[in-house]
Amino acid sequence: MNILKKRYIFFALSLLIIIPGLIILGVKAAQKNLPLSIDFTGGSLLEVQFEAGSVPQPADVLALYENFGTRDAQVQTTESGSILIRSAFMDEPTRDQVITAMKDQFGGEVTILRFDSVGPSIGKQVTSRAAIAVGIAALAILIYITLAFRRVEHAFRLGLCAIIAMLHDVAVVFSLVAIGSLLFGWEIDALFLTALLTVIGFSMQDKIVVFDRIRENSNVLRRLEFEKMVNHSIVQTLQRSINTQLMTVEFLLLALALFGGLTLREFSVVMLVGLLSGTYSSIFIASPILVVWENREWRTWFRRRPASAA
Amino acid sequence: MFRNQYTRLFIILLISALAIWVDASNTLKVTNPITGELVMQRSVNPRLGLDLQGGMQVLLEADLPANTAIDAEAISVARTIIENRTNALGVSENVIQVAGDRRIVGDFPGLEDSEAVLAILQKTGLLEFVDMGNSPVEEGTIIQTDYGQSSTTPSGISTPESTTPAVTPTEVSPTPSASGTPEATATPAAEAPIIYHTVLTGAALKTVTVVRDSTTGAYEISTVMKTDSAQLFSDFTGSHVNQYMALVLDKKVISVLIIKSQIPDGQGVIQSKNFTSDSANALAIQLRYGSLPVPLKIVETRIVGPTLGEDSLQKSLIAGVAGMIIVILFMTLYYRLPGVVADISILFYAAIAFAIFKYFHFTLTLPGIAGFMLSTGAALDANILVFERLKEELRGGRTLAQAVEQGWKRAWSSIRDSNIAAIITSIILFWFGSTFGATIVKGFSLTLAIGVIVSLFTAIFVTRTLLALVLQWFKPKNYSRWFGI
Repeated sequence: MNILKKRYIFFALSLLIIIPGLIILGVKAAQKNLPLSIDFTGGSLLEVQFEAGSVPQPADVLALYENFGTRDAQVQTTESGSILIRSAFMDEPTRDQVITAMKDQFGGEVTILRFDSVGPSIGKQVTSRAAIAVGIAALAILIYITLAFRRVEHAFRLGLCAIIAMLHDVAVVFSLVAIGSLLFGWEIDALFLTALLTVIGFSMQDKIVVFDRIRENSNVLRRLEFEKMVNHSIVQTLQRSINTQLMTVEFLLLALALFGGLTLREFSVVMLVGLLSGTYSSIFIASPILVVWENREWRTWFRRRPASAA
Repeated sequence: MFRNQYTRLFIILLISALAIWVDASNTLKVTNPITGELVMQRSVNPRLGLDLQGGMQVLLEADLPANTAIDAEAISVARTIIENRTNALGVSENVIQVAGDRRIVGDFPGLEDSEAVLAILQKTGLLEFVDMGNSPVEEGTIIQTDYGQSSTTPSGISTPESTTPAVTPTEVSPTPSASGTPEATATPAAEAPIIYHTVLTGAALKTVTVVRDSTTGAYEISTVMKTDSAQLFSDFTGSHVNQYMALVLDKKVISVLIIKSQIPDGQGVIQSKNFTSDSANALAIQLRYGSLPVPLKIVETRIVGPTLGEDSLQKSLIAGVAGMIIVILFMTLYYRLPGVVADISILFYAAIAFAIFKYFHFTLTLPGIAGFMLSTGAALDANILVFERLKEELRGGRTLAQAVEQGWKRAWSSIRDSNIAAIITSIILFWFGSTFGATIVKGFSLTLAIGVIVSLFTAIFVTRTLLALVLQWFKPKNYSRWFGI
């Protein structure tokens, strides 16, 4: 099995997934319309359950919000029949007034399922701090890999390839959310942050397992060409990659099937795709980049016919 | 470590017995079998996060310009005060934590009425000197006083009250800051509630210091009153010698004193046989900062209704159990004999991890469950790595004993490195989560880190020992049947 032979096809495939999403994000960012939830922008989210038969129309809820001077309200009806209203920041007294008004206007009992209210200053800090935390974590892992693999030639290169492949997974996840935001109105929220962290953790673990095999084989199979040795390592760890992926993903598929609710479903899909990407990128991105680097293939990229890719 | 297989087996059984004991009980009790004395008691009720049982979370931030340095002690004192106040509400298992240098996170599980908590948070603390007459109540009792008004600033933001100079000298009901609104205080219903008389409030205190008696070395708290209050205090103490006076914070008695003599110049000394350096300082802090030492504002509120929480809990339990069953089936069918050993090892892993969560009172949240799932993946991965290696070595023509030995040796470096990387990540994320009040990230990284550490233990200790023992007893000959080659 020669996986590395088609490496440029895999690179192209990844770009095909990543680029559209990033373009969407870029356009949205330019319009100052990034699909960020109130966790990052500040605002309020109210989910209420009405009694059967007295569920109001979204327009009526909007009108009610406007009466209280709460701006930017968006109303969404969930599968379970509850109503999800996102709006500008709303304090507790206003919320109580809104609930009372709902009871008066639409009749029946109104139950609050969820109420989140985030001040605008908090959101911005969460975003920047989360980025810093992920950055520091990546740096720490780069250092660790460089140390753990110090007996291998170019240990730092291994670390860097792992980080690049991990960033690939992050990009895939963001691209997915961007497409989801366009099609289903998904938002980047705090749960998304959890999914992203899980994906990063899993991705790094996977890369290290493959690189460990490369580390071992680089001693045993000294005579073999680098590219063949790496390919051999990938094939040897393939069964493990598939089985572990299967078991971890199986957990998530279950979660996906069982967790209801709008936000949790989004969370499960993001996790699922992210974990798949984590395994994919260890095999088809991290190790091929290693080979590209070893062969210094970029010298042939801009010539007419790259000899090594044949 | 522990070369003998049977020693290892004994240790494994001991640990799992302990874990199952913690998992299965709500309270741990150890009594000395000879004397019947209680040696240890610890509640190990599973603590569920707000997203799983419903409740409210509030993030408070110091209401000062962003570049103002905030005294770490002031924030920690504010935390203690808020904890005391919310505990007086009778809500169980509140968790109030300092997050970073200017924030406090409060979790109120199972609470539906958010109003009460918000009112408590926004209230200014009230320290009262209460006339107890000849029959003092116990410390910790919640009482009613005739000083029935507390003040709230119009914006709903608490401000330090001890700096307010305005005190009416003659009347007993001085309102320290303006715009006081009448408010019903949460007092447990007594049959015939006694209403105690408030002599002075905390606003009368000028300085509070902890000193040591020069002869006995005992700790004392020395207080100095403001001049206008000193006269009032002098009159009161003069007419109530040998009677009791209580220090009451937010309607809760924190200390009961006996008036030994008239205190003419407003310079009092609080003595107690029980004072240690810590307890004297703690009381002094409460006297000094009856109100919050830092003004706080609410920057984030999250409420999860109980139905939604219950729903999520049920679904994650079902997902967990179903997931485990599928894992067990897969491992048995695919890896055969070692797979069964791995199944036992994974069950150990789940039992130990859950026992740790229960024993150390970790709060389980949905992100926490995600972290736990990821670490379960890591635990499985360790087994899968070893077994794949084992099969590879068997295929390569090694004997069973050699293959087992080599399988462990060779898989170990990848298990070690990948798990250490996971631990590094989770430590950094935990630090991020706890300094910032981002409880989602904190819950995730904590269960991930614990899970990964436990999974390392079960992989190298449990799976390895059990596999060696099983192979020793069983001596399988047909590799394709027992190892699935």
